[in-house]
Amino acid sequence: MSGHEFKDAYDVVVVGAGAAGLAAAAEIARAGLDTLLVDENAGPGGQIYRAITTTPVRKREILGDEFWNGAALVDEVRSSGASVTQTATVWSLDADLMLGISWGGRSRNVSARRVVVATGAMERPFPIPGWILPGVMTAGAVQTLLKSSGLLPAGRTVVAGTGPLLWLLSAQILRAGGAIDAILDTTPRGSLTRALPYASGFLLSPLFAKGLALRSEVMRKVRVVRHVTELVAAGGDKLETVTFATRQGAKATLPADALLLHQGVVPNTMLAMAAGVAHRWDERQLCWSPVLDQDGRSSIEGIFVAGDGAGIAGALAAELRGRLAGLAVVRDLRPGYESSETQSIRQKLQREERARPFLDVMFQPPREMRAPADDTIVCRCEEVTAGEVRKAARLGCAGPNQLKAFLRTGMGPCQGRLCGLTLTELLAEANGVAPGEVGHLRVRPPVKPISLSELAEMPVSEAATKAVVRG
Amino acid sequence: MAAESADVVVIGAGIHGCSTALHLALRGASVIVIEKDHAGRHASGVNAGGVRQLARHVAEIPLSIASMEIWERIGDLVDDDCGFECHGQVLVAETEAELEEFGVRVADLQRRGFTHEELIDKAELQRVLPAVAETCPGGIISRRDGAAQPYRTTQAFRRAASRHGVRFLEGVRVTGLARSGRAWRIGTTSGDFLAPKVVNAAGAWAGRFAAMIGEPVPLEVIAPMLMITSRVERFIDPVVILRSRKLSFKQFPNGTVLIGGGHLGRAFPEANRTILDWGKLQESARTVWELFPVMREAAIVRAWAGIEARMRDDIPVVGPSHKAEGIFHQFGFSAHGFQLGPGTGAVMAELLTTGRTNVPLQALDIGRFAGHSRAVV
Repeated sequence: MSGHEFKDAYDVVVVGAGAAGLAAAAEIARAGLDTLLVDENAGPGGQIYRAITTTPVRKREILGDEFWNGAALVDEVRSSGASVTQTATVWSLDADLMLGISWGGRSRNVSARRVVVATGAMERPFPIPGWILPGVMTAGAVQTLLKSSGLLPAGRTVVAGTGPLLWLLSAQILRAGGAIDAILDTTPRGSLTRALPYASGFLLSPLFAKGLALRSEVMRKVRVVRHVTELVAAGGDKLETVTFATRQGAKATLPADALLLHQGVVPNTMLAMAAGVAHRWDERQLCWSPVLDQDGRSSIEGIFVAGDGAGIAGALAAELRGRLAGLAVVRDLRPGYESSETQSIRQKLQREERARPFLDVMFQPPREMRAPADDTIVCRCEEVTAGEVRKAARLGCAGPNQLKAFLRTGMGPCQGRLCGLTLTELLAEANGVAPGEVGHLRVRPPVKPISLSELAEMPVSEAATKAVVRG
Repeated sequence: MAAESADVVVIGAGIHGCSTALHLALRGASVIVIEKDHAGRHASGVNAGGVRQLARHVAEIPLSIASMEIWERIGDLVDDDCGFECHGQVLVAETEAELEEFGVRVADLQRRGFTHEELIDKAELQRVLPAVAETCPGGIISRRDGAAQPYRTTQAFRRAASRHGVRFLEGVRVTGLARSGRAWRIGTTSGDFLAPKVVNAAGAWAGRFAAMIGEPVPLEVIAPMLMITSRVERFIDPVVILRSRKLSFKQFPNGTVLIGGGHLGRAFPEANRTILDWGKLQESARTVWELFPVMREAAIVRAWAGIEARMRDDIPVVGPSHKAEGIFHQFGFSAHGFQLGPGTGAVMAELLTTGRTNVPLQALDIGRFAGHSRAVV
């Protein structure tokens, strides 16, 4: 599934081989279109189905039934005729539908008539004092190690945060024989009451029963502290303790070798933003989401966004969105090609999405963990604190792009991936305006750094320099 | 509803509009600046930050020298050092033939009384730029030149102007310019304004205002591209530019290296958007790769383009309109206007308030495009 040379042009390039990208690529290639699926991991699957073809974790129940659904999707792509390239990083996409792709230490430009961006989700930044210490990890990074290498965190382990994935990961660690000393649940008091108006959709969803079961499975084995309002990681050159407080006033310090942080996932919008796709602030999910039609068509002609990158809705919805975007691409490029499935996929998607509002509101991370106290570092690349951002706002800084000039936030190698949402929320709070008005960091390519040598050696093809004709 | 009035309305809050507004206010004028986005949103905020007298067109040199004097005390003027650092700028000769041409230029400038450019041999080039490839035989240095932080500078001028009473209307678009008695009525998306004098400092969007008053100019909207690397150990102090290949090159105090030089992407001024041309950025990367081996393993972390106006002859339009009394032009800096901002603002303020200036502007007069039939916008 990897190792071939790229062509200068494809009918369609799908970026990301998670649930959405796999489904989109399968639908598109099956219709006979020349399809390239590129993905930066070693194997297909994305985050949910990570290492689905290679995981050393053989006991099915450790990773759960849903994980193994991914295998069928991978088979579907393999028989569809799509070219699949793993370990390839897409570092640029523009409104001309020109992509910059790095593979095997070399870069090239590839053009397409349609592009499906299926870059999935990333973990929401979780800025607390000490989050930059070695030993403090995101829960997602730990899940990656478990799925791809069967590795578990060593030593005394504390899990902290909120969201359904926090419980899933904890269960996976425990089933695989790992130990968790404590779970510090930061879900704010009153979340259930706020979420109840949305409960009807959730109660009908299979996620409801699964969620409850996961939670009780974990709570039987691990001490869980609820309504945690303060979290501090501390240590010399690595993590030594985690201190927390609850709203009831309890304060305690736990010794810890590993702190796994997670407060939900948000769309990974970097590539779509770099291409100029319009985004809006999602008030319920507290993040930026691309503005899309029902098939995932974005504001840039020819660019579709599918999967969790289009708004968090989980693996099944991601797959359905991938199919819808794929079928829409096929309708664009193969007029007359009819699929009877579109309507039924849309209906299934609606059912899947019905559960989201409850989960979104129930697991909204507390404000103090999104827009932290003044002394907490929020921009890790440039080591900028929340207090410095608030001070810049007092000096008249209205948005994250202006903030670059004050503090260089978002100008480091992460391009704002780890601070963008925090900056928007801090500036919105300080200036007393809605996050949607504050705006987001303009993302500049390359969305992942490439070496100067790699750029210098990039072949410049004739096709790449010509204007692209879109059918 | 009565229109608000001022002595001067400035269209555009780039470095030029902000500087002119500040200098006008210092001379006691009431000023309103109208900006369709926010101050420094375009070329003024995202350029390479070069503060350069080196290698300029002779017609620009007086403005450049006037500007340099302001740059050297910029903190006194705007209460912010603007990140200005003076480590010189060097035009590197890549061949003996090029060095010979450079010698002719420096001699010519000296005959005209300009002494800021100095021819240097290979030994001096290696001394000031130890990291440059040994094949380069020499160059020209302008030792007082340097670099500053463009967005910070534009914001500093904006803040200083505000402190002196200038009113900034951001997110407001000028929609019309019409005579109203002795004054101009400036129609905007936020109501009308009246002023006897108007400064057209609208950068890439200036052509439409020139056309509005019946004075169209050949203005091309361009998108010069830049890229910046991850931090590398300090290895270079001056800004480096080349002549035959498009390159400018500079290391910031934090270790990041900015690579520019005028390769163009495509500009979409109506949408405030640009599209990069990676084929040309590849050329820039290759040039750096050849001239500065130390840079080969650096990572490119961002690339972008600003939206800027370029005139057919690559020098700006500065001075009064020939068609409409009270209108003054200050645009078309053709991707090298950042250093000129402070001085041009001072000269424009002098011209608007006294009717004259000692700095020669004839070569920059809009009259050179008389007869141009339609604006390229």
